[in-house]
Amino acid sequence: MSTPNNTAVVLESPQVLEVQRRRRSWSWVTKATLPVIILVGWAALAKSSLVPPLTMPTPWGTVLELRVMWEKQDLAMNIGVSLTRALVGLIIGAAFGFVIGLFAGLSKIGEELFDATLQAFRAIPFIALIPLFILWFGIGETPKILVVALASYFPMYINTAGGVRNVDRKVVEAAKTFGVKRFALLRKVVLPLALPQILTGLSLSMVISILALVAGEQISSQNGIGYLLTQSQAYQRNYEVFACVVIYALMGLAAAAIVKVLERFFLKWREGVAVR
Amino acid sequence: MTTTANVIVNGLSKSFGERRVLNDISLELRQGEFVALVGASGSGKTTLLRMLGGLSAPDQGEVLVPERRTFVFQEPRLVQSSRVWRNVVLGLDGVVGNKDVAFDMLNEVGLAGHENDWPSTLSGGEAQRVAIARALVRRPQLLLMDEPFGALDALTRMTMHALVARLCSVYQPTTLLVTHDVDEALFLADRVFVLRDGAIAHEVAITTPRPRTLRSDAHELRAEILSYLGVTRELLDGNAEPK
Repeated sequence: MSTPNNTAVVLESPQVLEVQRRRRSWSWVTKATLPVIILVGWAALAKSSLVPPLTMPTPWGTVLELRVMWEKQDLAMNIGVSLTRALVGLIIGAAFGFVIGLFAGLSKIGEELFDATLQAFRAIPFIALIPLFILWFGIGETPKILVVALASYFPMYINTAGGVRNVDRKVVEAAKTFGVKRFALLRKVVLPLALPQILTGLSLSMVISILALVAGEQISSQNGIGYLLTQSQAYQRNYEVFACVVIYALMGLAAAAIVKVLERFFLKWREGVAVR
Repeated sequence: MTTTANVIVNGLSKSFGERRVLNDISLELRQGEFVALVGASGSGKTTLLRMLGGLSAPDQGEVLVPERRTFVFQEPRLVQSSRVWRNVVLGLDGVVGNKDVAFDMLNEVGLAGHENDWPSTLSGGEAQRVAIARALVRRPQLLLMDEPFGALDALTRMTMHALVARLCSVYQPTTLLVTHDVDEALFLADRVFVLRDGAIAHEVAITTPRPRTLRSDAHELRAEILSYLGVTRELLDGNAEPK
């Protein structure tokens, strides 16, 4: 349809496409919404007649249970033991993934040498290896730490290799023309620019390390959260099972928080980036 | 100006697949000289520049350049994860005193106060000034620029021309500038090479005394260079239809 020249054209102010910055206080409300709904639903379910009595504590009941466990079962020590296993395993796994990932991302030889093998190892379910590990390494700390390391190296490997490979070649070339090479190039240009993806890898590795810990601790442990969990299951102390699950969930939350802090510290340059 | 040669290119050839981009090129640049390289798209300007900077290898021929070479690309190519002043001293070794050097250089390109900014917050012209500061802070013996102002708006480009003219007269590097802009070449260069089909087809000396004005009076030279690039005098004077 054509508009005749003498008709007035209707003008409008264009829709603003830019995302408006929201106030911080509201973002907290948004973040809390889903957890609050889940807590309320959980409480309602526990109180209702839908679940058999004594199989599910209320959220508050779980907190009380945690207090009892803290006093009677040395919860602090057990959490400490579990965290140490997760951390040592994670450090070994993530460091391995990072170094090999760096090598595979930087050089064709490195990729050819490692990629296929590591991809194959990834497909092995680490839980299947636990009985073998106990045979080989006994029931001490070694098999548990090894399971965590084995489960957590891969996200770090694949993200480090990918991050390094995706660094803008034009910037690398520019840096080379200014005489930056080898280690300095890695430190000043490649690693900082690959860091967002490396941190993604670290975050995934952390979460997987806790998953692997649950599996690794349930077999032949004398301490740790996994041990408490196995004991509670054996004696059908359902409230304790719930309390242990909550502890694992909180560890996952803590892992996410740590990555957030790292990102805020290392990735300042990405904040407030405007679309150009 | 001394007559010592600072850049010697001898019988240089380069092909990409079947396409011969540079065909037996020879040239010499004197120390401290500012040479502009003009030519149509695909005439081999950038290829020649990249070979002088050691960014690609020639198929045949010889390239002799001084050791301290720096590059200004069309895009700023800054390290986004480093603050502006760190980008400036990217190519300097050591740490001690680098910050002062960077601050001084940024002051000189008119970016005082932006030292601690992130590159992503700069405008196109500001980012390109950082790239120029990064190139000059190494006190280059040879400065290579590949259409450094091509992506900038006309107004910013004019202030950048004046800036580069001033900085080059202070630091006196031998400079090779690839450009499409004939007025830019007239304002900045001592000599203009016109590249066509992989060879230097014409060479024009710009003898206008310095400091020059942005409002160039060199109409004859301008018309001459433009005619080499396919813009005829008739077209320039508005008497002819483009073919």
